[in-house]
Amino acid sequence: MKLPTLREVGTEAKLLLIGIPVFIWTMIPIYHMFVFAISPKEDAFTGKLWPTHPTLHNFSIVFHQQHYFLRDFWIQFWNSTVIALAVGALTLFVATAAAFSISRLRVPGGRAVMNMALFTYFIPAAFLAVPMYRTMGSYGLLNNHWSLILAMVTIAAPYAIWVLKQASDKLPVELDEAATMDGATTLQLFRLVYVPLMMPSLVAVGTYAILLAWNEYLYAFLLLSKDTDITLPVALGNFLAADDSPWELLMTTGFIYALPPAAVYYAFKRYMVGGLTAGAVKS
Amino acid sequence: MAITLSASDAPSPPLSARLSPPQVWGIVLLAPYLLVFLAFVVYPVGYGLWLARQPASYVALYNDPIFARAAVNTLIFLVIGINIKMLIALFLSGFFAQQRPWIRWLSVIFILPWAVPSIPTILSVRFMLNPEWGVVNQLIFKFTGDDGPNWLNDPAVALAMAIGVHIWKSLPFWTLILLTGRLAISHDLYEASDVDGANWWQKFRYITWPSMQTLYITCTLLSMIWTLGDFNSVYLLTGGGPADLTHVLSTLGIRYLRLDQLSLAMASIVCAMPFVLPLVYFMMKRLSR
Repeated sequence: MKLPTLREVGTEAKLLLIGIPVFIWTMIPIYHMFVFAISPKEDAFTGKLWPTHPTLHNFSIVFHQQHYFLRDFWIQFWNSTVIALAVGALTLFVATAAAFSISRLRVPGGRAVMNMALFTYFIPAAFLAVPMYRTMGSYGLLNNHWSLILAMVTIAAPYAIWVLKQASDKLPVELDEAATMDGATTLQLFRLVYVPLMMPSLVAVGTYAILLAWNEYLYAFLLLSKDTDITLPVALGNFLAADDSPWELLMTTGFIYALPPAAVYYAFKRYMVGGLTAGAVKS
Repeated sequence: MAITLSASDAPSPPLSARLSPPQVWGIVLLAPYLLVFLAFVVYPVGYGLWLARQPASYVALYNDPIFARAAVNTLIFLVIGINIKMLIALFLSGFFAQQRPWIRWLSVIFILPWAVPSIPTILSVRFMLNPEWGVVNQLIFKFTGDDGPNWLNDPAVALAMAIGVHIWKSLPFWTLILLTGRLAISHDLYEASDVDGANWWQKFRYITWPSMQTLYITCTLLSMIWTLGDFNSVYLLTGGGPADLTHVLSTLGIRYLRLDQLSLAMASIVCAMPFVLPLVYFMMKRLSR
């Protein structure tokens, strides 16, 4: 066995000197949340780094909705799920159709629409929230799940269209020409050639829209208000309303809420990194 | 392509005479997005601008000390916070470019803040900083016997904490982007410079930075635009408090909205536009190439 040289040990030590603080910095808020989730109520406030009696009791309270703040947990979980999936599906539909139309059919004015979409993408969402709230009011959609779904589609679609357009510009034109020579109609071209070839990008865009909707707080809290209508993040925010709110239950609920998107992210990381981050900023 | 497709010579109705079938389909397929855009972007923005038309709103805004404070806070957040974040991201992208199994594992963990929703983690930080029961002050008490500071009750500290939360959340994303930029640089350049005996600073100065500077500047500007809309970091950590001293423009707009002062909310957003629009224009020029 060859012993490492002093120089190699030095490099490794320097790397560890960066790596360890990075690890601690990343984990602190998540670990803190986790410790609270597995601490019994009386242990939760003692500031220990590991509870003396770790327990899953908090999870049982949340799942059985045995607290005032949690009495609508499952319906809120359901709301979050339905809204996220609806936003994913609608965004995919709207964005794929638009990208196909702009990139493959070269519809007149397509470039202008692309630019308008990009413009929307860059307007900070919190700024659009103010007039959006009023607009949803005048459409009579406030406190209706459709308001949040449509608002999130509006926010997710521009980036989705842009990513899909970038990807579909790379498909060779000859493909469309060959298909039309064989007598394919435009719809067949879309369904049998375009969508199958675009699958990786479609997965990336669908995941992006679902995560965006699941994670959204501001719009959900403005547009929905009834306890049985709101999504999980809004319910988490409502814990703050009371000073004596049960923090260990809040952290447990937060932990449960954070798990699905983290799992989805890691499961689709391949697509996310390839399809989204590389497209996010062209150098 | 359009010519090959309009094969039929038969007389056709006026609309489809001017448009080939694929173009008709093009308009049909573009229609869903156009509808969304008209109903939820054009109409709200137009309505909002109409609400913000009165000069009186701007006078009221000018006389509201909270607005001036929020504008300053936003500038601090963007100019100081984002630049610190991007410098750390640039540095860490070099760290994660090192080929080690444990660094690969660390990079998987490092992405967690970006992968998990921000609300529970921000609330977790908020509770850590709680003056009475928070773990930070508990530890301070354990080791020094003194009560720790009331972290979120000092506007400067509270704003710094909000910036910290923002950095915690979005640092992994920008590090990842800068890392892809770094990995695209040809390895031969570094090997050649090793032969010439260049030190790490010379390698960075003459190889890494020249090939990454456009990406770095683009990322910084994009991050600034997005951070303008970062509502959660401030709202969930400090709620704009103490005494409305830590608001940024995005939380201030929502505060006016909650107080039913819609014209003030829109006016405060319109005031931000002279800074936002040049950035947006620049980004659009870069992305629509």
